[in-house]
Amino acid sequence: MKPNLLELHDLSIRFRTENGTVDAVKHVSLSMREGDSLAIVGESGSGKSVTALSLTRLLPTPPAEFASGRILFEGKDVLKMSAKEIRAVRGGGIAYVFQEPATSLNPVFTIRSQIAEGIRLHRPDVKNVDEEIVTWLGTVGIIDPAKRMLDYPHQLSGGMQQRAMIAMALSCRPKLLVADEPTTALDVTIQAQILAELRRLRTEFGMSLILITHNFGIIRGLCDRVAVMFRGEIVEYGDTASILKDPQHPYTKALISCVPRLGAKRERLQTIDYGWLAKA
Amino acid sequence: MTATLATTSAVVSPAPDSPLRRVARNFFKDRVALLSLVVIVGFFAVAIGAGILTLTNLPMPMQPNATNLERKLLPPNSTNWLGTDNLGRDVLSRMVAGSTISLTVGFVAMAVSLSIGIVIGAISGYLGGWVDNVLMRIVDALLCFPSFFLILTAIALLGPNIWIIIVVIGLVSWTGTARLVRAEFLTLRESEYVRAARAMGQSSPKIIFRHIMPNAFAPIFVTAVISIPDAILVESGLSFLSFGVPPPQATWGNIIADGKTYILDAWWLIVFPGFAIFAASLAFYLAGDALRRASETRPK
Repeated sequence: MKPNLLELHDLSIRFRTENGTVDAVKHVSLSMREGDSLAIVGESGSGKSVTALSLTRLLPTPPAEFASGRILFEGKDVLKMSAKEIRAVRGGGIAYVFQEPATSLNPVFTIRSQIAEGIRLHRPDVKNVDEEIVTWLGTVGIIDPAKRMLDYPHQLSGGMQQRAMIAMALSCRPKLLVADEPTTALDVTIQAQILAELRRLRTEFGMSLILITHNFGIIRGLCDRVAVMFRGEIVEYGDTASILKDPQHPYTKALISCVPRLGAKRERLQTIDYGWLAKA
Repeated sequence: MTATLATTSAVVSPAPDSPLRRVARNFFKDRVALLSLVVIVGFFAVAIGAGILTLTNLPMPMQPNATNLERKLLPPNSTNWLGTDNLGRDVLSRMVAGSTISLTVGFVAMAVSLSIGIVIGAISGYLGGWVDNVLMRIVDALLCFPSFFLILTAIALLGPNIWIIIVVIGLVSWTGTARLVRAEFLTLRESEYVRAARAMGQSSPKIIFRHIMPNAFAPIFVTAVISIPDAILVESGLSFLSFGVPPPQATWGNIIADGKTYILDAWWLIVFPGFAIFAASLAFYLAGDALRRASETRPK
């Protein structure tokens, strides 16, 4: 049997600040096989983004430090890799799509030169880089990619910028795509388009995906499994359908009930009552 | 380039909107900027022309260092357009010859201080931590010395040679640039696109030079332009105190220095070179300021 694509064993991450130590991630264990898709769901500050960034050691150390645990990517310990090895994993093994496409693209370069950079770095055997860029921009649903790739980021709309970011990530042919709240900065119709695009790309390329979100509403149909994080811990972990149908942990229940549903009659939008949670 | 790319861009050429073009467009819309650019280009033409004449030993209408005691301290006239000095040398010729020196000092000193400032500032801002602390304390220590006296001391010890003067001016004036570059790097280091570049597996040198530097380019360029007149003024000041470029080589500063004895009888010895210093400095300052305004509207 092939080794798991990604394994987290008992991962704990601390931040040492002047006002004391903060445990951002506590004893998190996860595993993914190639082709799996996992959603990490939780509110702001629950440690989901920290977990995602730690996969390629993108957290600044200090203040962050790995208190315990191991991260295995394709069987190799990420925390023990040399600077050169980890750079090969970044982008080439695990690629990221971040929340803010507008600021994640460098304003002084064209889309083409930014995508070309990643391709040259991780796929030096590609001869015709421009052709490759056009293909990927087309794949993520950008119309007239040959023309659009000459644009600067500010000439694209938010949705197109995020598509360009996804193209940039995919053009390096990563084993795993980590999408950190990829739709939070976009308006709702564009959100739906981007999610549909991710769903299509997943079936088309069999790509492994980790989707980080606070919104239970968007993971249905996109992620097979879900890990719910709360205060740095995974409080519930299982397959998406059964968790959505029958959540066990009160925090999961609360999170699901926070998502407004069309047609449901409610006076007020649900929020999370932490006093009640602490008792439960 | 693929065939598809070539055809599409031939049919609909997209509006090129590179940041450099945008700054240039804004700059050329500015009347003050254009005027100062014309003045700067004018000074350059004169300085380069004079430099070529001197280097190639071509005949000049009047030798800047040729004395003629029969025609000393003449007010502006048809032969000596800007008058003559106490040794009968033509003031205009001396100013033209001096412009080469002054602009060379300005540019080379700027280049020296800029290169040191960028390297120190970039390292400091990007690495942070104790490296940043050490480098910035060195900058603080340098700032404690009045730089003009530092230059005077260095030149008194090393001797007044034009290249020594230029290098010394550059060596004491990089602190401002270093601080500015560091501040830019501190901000840009935390930007999302730098994080994205790191997440793509880019190496630190590549992130510094390819992702951060171009975004810090505008303010760095503005300081560079503004530090040119600073160096020119320092050189003029040194020449005035006769610590500058040694005579008989003319510079704007030492023409004034030579003329100060005759200030009440021969105003032209002070006013014309003084005006040249003033006009050149003002043009550089205004151009720098216009450049700052032109580059201020960054794309969202």
